[in-house]
Amino acid sequence: MSAAVQAQPAATLATAAARGTGLRDALHAEWTKLRTVSGPAWLLLGVVALTIAVSTAAVGATHCPQDLTCPVDTTKLSLTGVQLGQAVVAILAVLTISNEYGSGMIRTTLAAMPNRLAVLAAKAILLVALVLAAGAVAVFGSVLAAHLILPGHGFTAARGFHPVWLSYGPTLRAACGSVLYLGLIALMSLGVAVIVRDSATSIGVVLALLYLFPIVLAFVGNPHWQHRLDRWTPTVAGLTIQATTGLRSLAISPWGGLGVLAIWAAAALVAGALALRLRDA
Amino acid sequence: MTTQAISPPRPDAGPGDGPRGGFGAVLRAEWTKFRSVRGWVIGMILAALLMIFIGVFAAANSTIGCGINGGAQETGRACLPYVPHGPGGEIVTDSFSFVRQPLTGNGSITARVTALTGEHANLSAGPTQVGGGTMVPGLVAWAKAGIIIKQSTRQGSAYAAMMVTGSNGVRMQYNYTGDIAGMAGSASAAHPRWLRLTRSGGTITGYESADGTHWTVVGTVQLTGLPSTVQVGMFATSPGYTVTQNSFGGASTNGGPAQATGVFDDVSLTGSAPGTWTGTTVGGGGPAGLRPGAGPGSAPYTRAGGTFTVTGSGDIAPVTPGPGDGLPTVTIGQSLAGAFLGLIAIVTVAAMFFSTEYRRGLIRTTLAATPRRGAVLAAKAVVIGAVAFVTGLAAAVVSIAVGVPREENQGTVLLTAPVLTEVRVIVGTAAMLALAAVIAVALGAILRRSAAAITIAVVIVVMPFLLSALNILPAGVGDWLLRLTPAAGLAIEQSIPRYPQVATFTSPIQGYYPLSPYAGFAVLCLWTAAALALALIVLRRRDA
Repeated sequence: MSAAVQAQPAATLATAAARGTGLRDALHAEWTKLRTVSGPAWLLLGVVALTIAVSTAAVGATHCPQDLTCPVDTTKLSLTGVQLGQAVVAILAVLTISNEYGSGMIRTTLAAMPNRLAVLAAKAILLVALVLAAGAVAVFGSVLAAHLILPGHGFTAARGFHPVWLSYGPTLRAACGSVLYLGLIALMSLGVAVIVRDSATSIGVVLALLYLFPIVLAFVGNPHWQHRLDRWTPTVAGLTIQATTGLRSLAISPWGGLGVLAIWAAAALVAGALALRLRDA
Repeated sequence: MTTQAISPPRPDAGPGDGPRGGFGAVLRAEWTKFRSVRGWVIGMILAALLMIFIGVFAAANSTIGCGINGGAQETGRACLPYVPHGPGGEIVTDSFSFVRQPLTGNGSITARVTALTGEHANLSAGPTQVGGGTMVPGLVAWAKAGIIIKQSTRQGSAYAAMMVTGSNGVRMQYNYTGDIAGMAGSASAAHPRWLRLTRSGGTITGYESADGTHWTVVGTVQLTGLPSTVQVGMFATSPGYTVTQNSFGGASTNGGPAQATGVFDDVSLTGSAPGTWTGTTVGGGGPAGLRPGAGPGSAPYTRAGGTFTVTGSGDIAPVTPGPGDGLPTVTIGQSLAGAFLGLIAIVTVAAMFFSTEYRRGLIRTTLAATPRRGAVLAAKAVVIGAVAFVTGLAAAVVSIAVGVPREENQGTVLLTAPVLTEVRVIVGTAAMLALAAVIAVALGAILRRSAAAITIAVVIVVMPFLLSALNILPAGVGDWLLRLTPAAGLAIEQSIPRYPQVATFTSPIQGYYPLSPYAGFAVLCLWTAAALALALIVLRRRDA
């Protein structure tokens, strides 16, 4: 706030502001931040490895003996790893912003980029792009594992099981939807982290959002509440995108469920954007 | 780094001692750190409140609708069937067909069982009724027929019985929870089973024999409060037929009614008895779906000369959680559903308790003040463990006190537990949260990052539970997860014992875990010890 700062030529300030407000510059800056630390790369690798590992373990442990009918949704089973992969996605998303609050870097960022929404947008775009890419690899690996393993475990076409492969419409929908699901989880977690700022508290809140509702659903016997939880909670509704059997008994359609998660993510992001806009950093 | 900054060691402080020496001082330092961060204290209070809120919510919404009455689905207390209590206070099923006569004073009953057959619902042909046309031949594992000495025909009264079972051989059972194995194998005309019960005061002795001449004692039991006149006779009953997919858990458990028919001959009584037999259907109301006897109004037995054929349905056994008994049941553990949310909140604070020191650089001050790094780790573990324990204990007590009465209003049968079991469940829940907090502290020290530490500490407990409870994984795999991961510690919340003589299913929701309460808790303790050991190694080796 010194006189020298105020005395700077208006043209220079304007140029600086113009340079600092462009989304392209923001993207470039955020990309540099992301790729120059090792954390995000490890976390993305973790998403892929844990998702595929859990999916493969689930598929590998499932057998359908000859004399039994197996009421199992093979596609959903093959995507079990998403349940764990989403936790790693949440860490990545939370750290994208809360690391900056933790180290004080956020003040430098916002000084360089006064357009706060551009900063958030750049972070969101990069985060989603990376998560979608890692999610696609993770989901493809999971589906591939199921495709190779399940027929040998009694889940054959002769017994009425569609091969788990992307050429089968519902499996393709479930696979693509699971990738989008991870992207939306990332956005919701980012929104929460922008509001909460502290990394530990953010991850606590996000983990509660991810895992609390399925647990409560498991305990609640009241059909009305079950229906509500099935329809309106982020992970329960969102994961209906993985269902390929018994679609009529679902509380919400697969895409509708993913839509509910999208609403949660959008709400968290809008709230985060408002908080970032209105609050001191 | 000026020379003045390094003060000379005080004469009383030996090398490696804290500022005032001793573990107590380190403990006090860590306690001061904890209580002076307002966010952490608020976090713990929030953990308790959320835990209570979710627990009471789950308790108040455990309703399962029951029969349709006058067009409207009944819920709440209208659903509650009459549930008898056994001599031990536990809720029991006591429904069977009974061919009896009163026996006054001491005496004995002997009978030969030449056949045990049964039929059960044909589950592939839709809903069925006993006596309807869609039953198929088949025997449930714990279908039973034999002889019994019972206090009275009142449901829940004391008894001792010798029986042949569907696939568990000869057994002596008494007072619902007692079960002693006799010889193996099933009864047939070629290989009949001779059974005998003798009464002497309050002592009942059960004998078995393959030929009617060589008798073996199966067991001797004391029944308290047996009147001088008791009911003795033959009985048959069969628990419901359930199919659980071998590879998948509760979600594919399907059930229907079943009945058992026992054929007896060479029946003899000693002692003071009138000699005329009466057929009685004990517990005619029975649990939903189970109609003892071949149908309403029909006699539970037929007699041709000295041969009695007794047909019955139901069970004489304790009620356990799960789908087996056809009763909607709920355990006190339902009110502790919030422990998972409490876990997330407590673990969050615990991980921060260590990792925050790395972010702020406080760790260097801490370790300069207390060079014994093990002592710092131990002090942090003790402080956070104690705080988590107290928080969890308070929340669990309130959850049970407020939640359990609400469970009872839901039309489900609340399976109460003895006070000592209730104490174990409550204290165990608090201890489980404390251990999870200690694991989080250790992870915070190892990883130096809160987010990763919290996620790991939460996921290792929550994920196995979820994958198993929601039947996302095949039951066998889910069981192994609940044996090997820290989630095994949740077994401490089991409130109803497992009985070998009742078919039960591992359902974490109903508080049944593959490991016994203390074994599961021990697994969690081992994980905690491992995490602490790793943290200690890492802390000692690494520069702060």
